[in-house]
Amino acid sequence: MHLYDLPLAFALVGLALYTVLGGADFGAGFWQLIAGRGDQAREIRDHSHDAMAPVWEANHVWLVFVLTVVWTAYPAAFGSIASTFSIPLFLAGIGIVLRGGAYALRAGTATPRERRRVDTVFALSSVLTPFALGTVAGGIASARVRVGNPGGSLVSSWLNPTSLTIGVLAVASAAYLAAVFLSGDAVRDRHPELAERFRLRALATGLAAGAVALAGIVVLRFDAHLLFTHLTQGVGLPALIISVLAGVATLALVWRRRYEPARYSAALAVAATVAGWSLAQRPRFLADLTVEQAAAGHNTQIAVVVAVLAGAVILFPSLALLFRLTLAGRLTGPELAAPAASPRDPIPATTARSARLAAASLIAGIGLLTVAEAGWAHALGVVSLLAFVACGYRALLPGDVEHPRPAKER
Amino acid sequence: MTWLLPLAAGLAPGMQRYLLQARQMQAFSFAAHIPLVCFGIALPTLLLSVEWLYLRTGNELYRTLARRWTRVMAALFAAGVVTGTILSFEMGLLWPNFTGTFGGVFGLGFAIEGFSFFMEAIFIGIYIYGWDRLSPRAHFASGIPIALAGFTGSLTVISVNGWMNHPSGFRLEHGKAVDVHPFRALFGNNYLWHELLHMYLAAYMVTGFLLASAYAWSRLRGRYGRYERTALTVALAAAILSSIAQAFVGDWNGRTVAAAQPTKLAAFEGLGHTTSGAPVHLLGWYRHGHVEYGIRLPRLLSLLAFHRPNARVQGLDAVAPADRPPVNVVRFAFQTMVGIGTLLALLAVVVLIVRIRRKRLPESTWFYRALVAAGPLSVVALIAGWVVTEVGRQPWVVYRAMRTSQAVTGAGGIPVGYGTLAAVYLALAIGVAWVLRRLSRMPLDDAPAPQAQTAEAA
Repeated sequence: MHLYDLPLAFALVGLALYTVLGGADFGAGFWQLIAGRGDQAREIRDHSHDAMAPVWEANHVWLVFVLTVVWTAYPAAFGSIASTFSIPLFLAGIGIVLRGGAYALRAGTATPRERRRVDTVFALSSVLTPFALGTVAGGIASARVRVGNPGGSLVSSWLNPTSLTIGVLAVASAAYLAAVFLSGDAVRDRHPELAERFRLRALATGLAAGAVALAGIVVLRFDAHLLFTHLTQGVGLPALIISVLAGVATLALVWRRRYEPARYSAALAVAATVAGWSLAQRPRFLADLTVEQAAAGHNTQIAVVVAVLAGAVILFPSLALLFRLTLAGRLTGPELAAPAASPRDPIPATTARSARLAAASLIAGIGLLTVAEAGWAHALGVVSLLAFVACGYRALLPGDVEHPRPAKER
Repeated sequence: MTWLLPLAAGLAPGMQRYLLQARQMQAFSFAAHIPLVCFGIALPTLLLSVEWLYLRTGNELYRTLARRWTRVMAALFAAGVVTGTILSFEMGLLWPNFTGTFGGVFGLGFAIEGFSFFMEAIFIGIYIYGWDRLSPRAHFASGIPIALAGFTGSLTVISVNGWMNHPSGFRLEHGKAVDVHPFRALFGNNYLWHELLHMYLAAYMVTGFLLASAYAWSRLRGRYGRYERTALTVALAAAILSSIAQAFVGDWNGRTVAAAQPTKLAAFEGLGHTTSGAPVHLLGWYRHGHVEYGIRLPRLLSLLAFHRPNARVQGLDAVAPADRPPVNVVRFAFQTMVGIGTLLALLAVVVLIVRIRRKRLPESTWFYRALVAAGPLSVVALIAGWVVTEVGRQPWVVYRAMRTSQAVTGAGGIPVGYGTLAAVYLALAIGVAWVLRRLSRMPLDDAPAPQAQTAEAA
């Protein structure tokens, strides 16, 4: 492995996490879409919504992570990919907007009817986005992009057998992951009959996703022969075997209602397909561009690696916290009684001092930023102005709420 | 391998037909996103201050206020997440040559920003859904990373914009960026800090004035109790202080532009020819190298830009006509931004004087009418400000290194995409307006007794 491979490895880890975590959120939308009507359907929709509500934004960021790492470390490849796949990427973008919009809207719904409508928009876009992104992956995998602006056909680059198969696979595996996760969540929330319904869905979509994946291998045989060879006979084979074994293990675990380990084996099955694809395609990035040729300069690679490793130090503990709270049901269960905070000093005592500090900071800030010319003076001036805002804000915060003035209110 | 990418000469002329639409689509997507960014930056801080007041005083009123603002934040953050994602898609969809050529230089800023975005998204999930499920202290603590990430996120994004306006950290060889130093390019750039501070304060102005606007409106409609007054006081405090600071930061921005992007400054003021003791014109229209029908304030530009009344200010004629931005667009946007900013700062001074001398908010109906207008006006000023810096940089996407026409995609269909996006954003805007209206009408008494209602609404 060379330095220029490292950012791509990060991006692929991000892609695998997006496929698993973001995929499960899309899958929750899929289950909302085909829930139907009635009380049972409402339970399914509400459960799907509640399970992904605290995490979907964080899971979505993996997509942005992948994009930014690729355009920084492999700009030439990114430019060609983005211009060639402008249509499916745009469709995915529209799906993302509708999905986020529907999420925002759900907070304002008052009746089940309104909620069902909003959920339908959410669900449709949850199918559109993974499908569109899957077609992009299929176009890259079947070597339909060359260097250029655009570097391939705007239509056949993503409307082709491999793309369509991977698009369908993306939707199917998302639904499968979601069903497995939601079964586990339903058991945790002491909702056994809901868990049973998702168990059946997990078994059905698990089989369906497996069938699509197998069909996909046949499609690759005819549509992307090089990838097929590497996947079935070369470096990609171990990943393929892991994916199949993990998929079968998940079905067995779900069958036996052991949902917690099934979460991880299902995730492994899906992540292994991403790994298998990338291993089988190495070292080719685009049809006429290797990873080495696509890589930005040495300094940029170093910068990306440093930034990602430094970012990971704060990211992973935070993610662990989020998932620990979510998996324990701490963010979705019923609310506790509001803690009775003990009333204390109604008027913060330091406002007069804050006001004086604010005035002094303002004068210093104006002097240093506007009258003085030196760079260091400007830096101090900026700090002073920020101190003015902060201290002034402290001084202006309401302190008289307990003693409302007898003004002409209402 | 970037030399393989065709630069301007390699693009088919038919494809360039859509350059203007591509620019408009980018501007439109950006204008839809940036007000949401303001809430992402400023609202967590305001929320934390209200929650802190609650923890400190035990007054339920603050808790109610914080919970309701949390719902607003949740809705606006979701809209911000998706509109921001569209912007990152457009970096490739609309400007593949820009990203393809310079991604190795500026891309790092966005890669780091991704981590800020992660922290925001993670802790906003915990904060929103952790109300009354986590201990009060833990809940308060979960809000702090959101506020910090709002700052680091703007730092990294603005570092890219600062670099586009004042590029460094690379050399161009045959249209290819070589000798690239990404950290130096982004964070060793003296164009970063004034832009960052200008935007950061603008976020507090927009958030503060828009919230204050909403409560001023309810006062005019006769709905004004302790709750509304408290909310107004908090929002207005942030708005007025940042407006006052912004006046001086804006002036600093002007001086920095004068030094580093003289052509942009000339476009701000419609200065056709290089002049010693250059004037400022209020209003008017730029034509044939002069401002017509404007109010002339002699020597003011020299004084403002260089602190010397006779300083020489470079005019538009210093560069070839093909290298000049569209003067009237930039100038009109500049005057709009400065005009609104000045009015808001004056309003802020009035509020501050009344609060200091009478220990209360102003009570005149006209004041509340002005406040209702101030919210939308602050958004207009925000967008005008971005027009100033982005259109003012034209025809360059990377100042004096790459033209916008060289950056644009060769894929067609931009008008179709633009129309679709406009329709979707319109629906999104209607939806967000609807949900905010709904949230503002949900009953107030959800605080003391945690009924099922709050669980459902949250």
